[in-house]
Amino acid sequence: MFNTPWMPILRSLLRHRALALLIVVEVALAFAIVANALHLIVRLADDLRIETGQAEAELLTVELRAMQRVEDAQPLSNEDLRRIRALPGVRAASITSQVIYGGSSNSSGVHIAPNGAGQRLMATTYRGDEHLLQTMGLKLIAGRGFKPEEVMMRGPDASMPSIIINRSMAEALFKGQSALGKPLYVYGDKPSTVVGVVEQLTRTSPKQRRDAHAMLLPAAESYRSGKYLLRVDPAQHAAVAKAVEALIPQVDNRRWVHQVRSVSDMRSDYYAKDRAMVGLLAGVCAALLLVTAFGIVGLASFWVEQRTRMIGIRRALGATQAQITRYFQAENALLTGLGVLIGMAAAIALSQWMRRDDLPMLPWPYLPIGAALLLLLGQLAVLAPARRAARVPPALAMRA
Amino acid sequence: MFLDHLRSAVRSLQRSPVLTVLMVLALGLGIGACMTTLTVYRVLAADPIPGKSDVLFDVQLDAGDLAGYAPGQEPMYQLTRFDAEALLRDKRGLRQSLATGVDLPVQRAGSNERPSVEPSRQTTTDFFAMFNVPFAHGSGWSPQHDADQARVVVIGAQLNDRLFGKGHNSVGQELTLRGERFRIIGVLRPWQLAPYFIDLTMGPYGRNEQLFLPFSTAMGLKFGSSGNMNCWGDVGADGPGSLQAPCAWLQYWVELKSPAEAPAFKQYLERYSDAQRTNGRFERATNVRLRNARELLEFMQVLPPEVRLQTTLAFGFLLVCLVNMAGLQLAKTLRRSGEIGVRRALGASRGTVFTQFLVEAGLVGALGALLGLLLSQFGLWLVRQGPSEYAKLAQMDGGILLLTLGTGLLASLVAGLLPAWRAACVNPALQLKVQ
Repeated sequence: MFNTPWMPILRSLLRHRALALLIVVEVALAFAIVANALHLIVRLADDLRIETGQAEAELLTVELRAMQRVEDAQPLSNEDLRRIRALPGVRAASITSQVIYGGSSNSSGVHIAPNGAGQRLMATTYRGDEHLLQTMGLKLIAGRGFKPEEVMMRGPDASMPSIIINRSMAEALFKGQSALGKPLYVYGDKPSTVVGVVEQLTRTSPKQRRDAHAMLLPAAESYRSGKYLLRVDPAQHAAVAKAVEALIPQVDNRRWVHQVRSVSDMRSDYYAKDRAMVGLLAGVCAALLLVTAFGIVGLASFWVEQRTRMIGIRRALGATQAQITRYFQAENALLTGLGVLIGMAAAIALSQWMRRDDLPMLPWPYLPIGAALLLLLGQLAVLAPARRAARVPPALAMRA
Repeated sequence: MFLDHLRSAVRSLQRSPVLTVLMVLALGLGIGACMTTLTVYRVLAADPIPGKSDVLFDVQLDAGDLAGYAPGQEPMYQLTRFDAEALLRDKRGLRQSLATGVDLPVQRAGSNERPSVEPSRQTTTDFFAMFNVPFAHGSGWSPQHDADQARVVVIGAQLNDRLFGKGHNSVGQELTLRGERFRIIGVLRPWQLAPYFIDLTMGPYGRNEQLFLPFSTAMGLKFGSSGNMNCWGDVGADGPGSLQAPCAWLQYWVELKSPAEAPAFKQYLERYSDAQRTNGRFERATNVRLRNARELLEFMQVLPPEVRLQTTLAFGFLLVCLVNMAGLQLAKTLRRSGEIGVRRALGASRGTVFTQFLVEAGLVGALGALLGLLLSQFGLWLVRQGPSEYAKLAQMDGGILLLTLGTGLLASLVAGLLPAWRAACVNPALQLKVQ
């Protein structure tokens, strides 16, 4: 570092101001875009890993349709479930008011005092019977699941004596205390006692808010009001789907299976756009870095060519090959470094501008990471021209 | 003269083929990316109903309760059935309609085949005229049909083609909707609103409604609804669809004669809201919204944010490609200083040298633009294969095509200015001396 001839480098760069400036601008622009794109990629990739607390790999959803409105939906649904649970490979089955990644999003206000008084928070509502907890594969960290006698059948005057809430809800409502046994009010003035707290339960669209509140309510759903959720050995998904399609019309032939989907597929669809975006961003970054590298190679080659005679003279005067190589590497580091410095300001400005799309500010670690990336790129790109320069024979200086 | 320049430009480009290919490739990539994203942007940001988007207004009233209420907050997007029907009875606009989505199993009457489930819309008589819905056969229904809960239905072109054969006039035929018989009174021509601004509760793109039936009839038959429903307080025994239920789930649109009537109509809405507050139905302070179609789309941020991000990214990329091209061109120019010196000494004027280098840059630009055009067709194809709801809409039109070629040329000329100017500044005497 100390015997790098910084002053001559600087002087020669100043002689090619326009060219040097273009390289600096190119590096600065590339840095600003790549730093922000990397930030977005990391954020999206983070979203793709969100855990929902459910046994996603095992879950199948079944949606029924009917030719006409059937009035006695509940007994039919109970019979469906009884037969589904008897199928080989089915570990648990229930009907839930909404399914994760299912598109709909239903939430209710929860109060700690009756009749809408006191603190209220909004929580995603999953209604289902005593099998729902086990079907979803949720992990209880306190308490128990619903008992069959707690499950409400549909009717004008029904109440829900118990409720299961997620950890974030328990922490928000009962800071520090145990939530078990506490009354909550969801609909009107009848209390529902917290009987269980689950480790993790997200909204149906989990990427919008990860710390969201969610709860299970003990209410029997029917094929009309909800979707069947089946926890099935993944190896048996196809067989069970077929069996269910045959079984539903056997129970009542006015209905049929509209759609069977695995929750894994639904997750994949739900994140398809994000995956595509990650691919796009990564592609743009790669193309950008490639173009920048080509630019550096092109300009460095030109410089080497221009200074062939100068290199020859230096070699004749005793400069080693390594010294010549280092000269061009140092020159490149100077230009790229300057580009990166300007690029940092540009990156922050770009990030500021993108905030109108509700994107958070660029965190500072991306600045050194991007800087290292571009400096490395510059060194790699200049390597071949610098080597070529080092191989210039000293005799060349004599020939002119 | 120009042809001479062109010929020497081609020769010059051929002399350093690798550099030329790299420049054209980078420029093509940049232009291709820009045009792809710009096409998507333009399609999605277009006026959804040209000529009418400033006279069609979405109505919002604040009917919610006081739990968790913050004064001045955005009122609910939809209306309660009570309010929507009350405004509809008042008929204060040129035309007005209430509507909500529903998914209905449908089959030809008497058919034994399993019905298909069609996204449908339950609405009122003015709907078709308000939104320029084009009819191939028949017409919409009358106010009398609404009043009588008539079993009539208007079907879309796609459903008509599938059930009755392409272009068939099926007016007068019967359909079974969820077990109930309906008579077809109208068949639409292919029709698509993009975005589907009249109902933004089920995503702005992709919902393709094929059945339209009177709201009153659907309510009478308890067909239910699909989309978003927001309830508060005691829903009551008759369910959330009943007239008195505290649930907001209907979109209400009004067409005014001119945008100038909007303030008066808004005052009328405020008076209505005040009256509801006085009689105890509304608990919140009067807070109405009357946005036209364009304002609503803007407010609801219907343009997917990723589209803007992609466009920004693509233009950034193009900019880098241009700077890159300027740098490489400049290096090439400087390398040829000797040659330029000779030409200047032999009598070529500064202008000639300048023009020649500019033509060379323009040639690179033209080649880059052509490549960009090809790449953007490929890019749009990729978008259409992609997972977005708006994927199908991504089509290039003549305007974008011209824009592509123009951008390529213009951008490369701008990038070529500095090198060309430097070339023109070459001092012949100095160069000849070095030679």
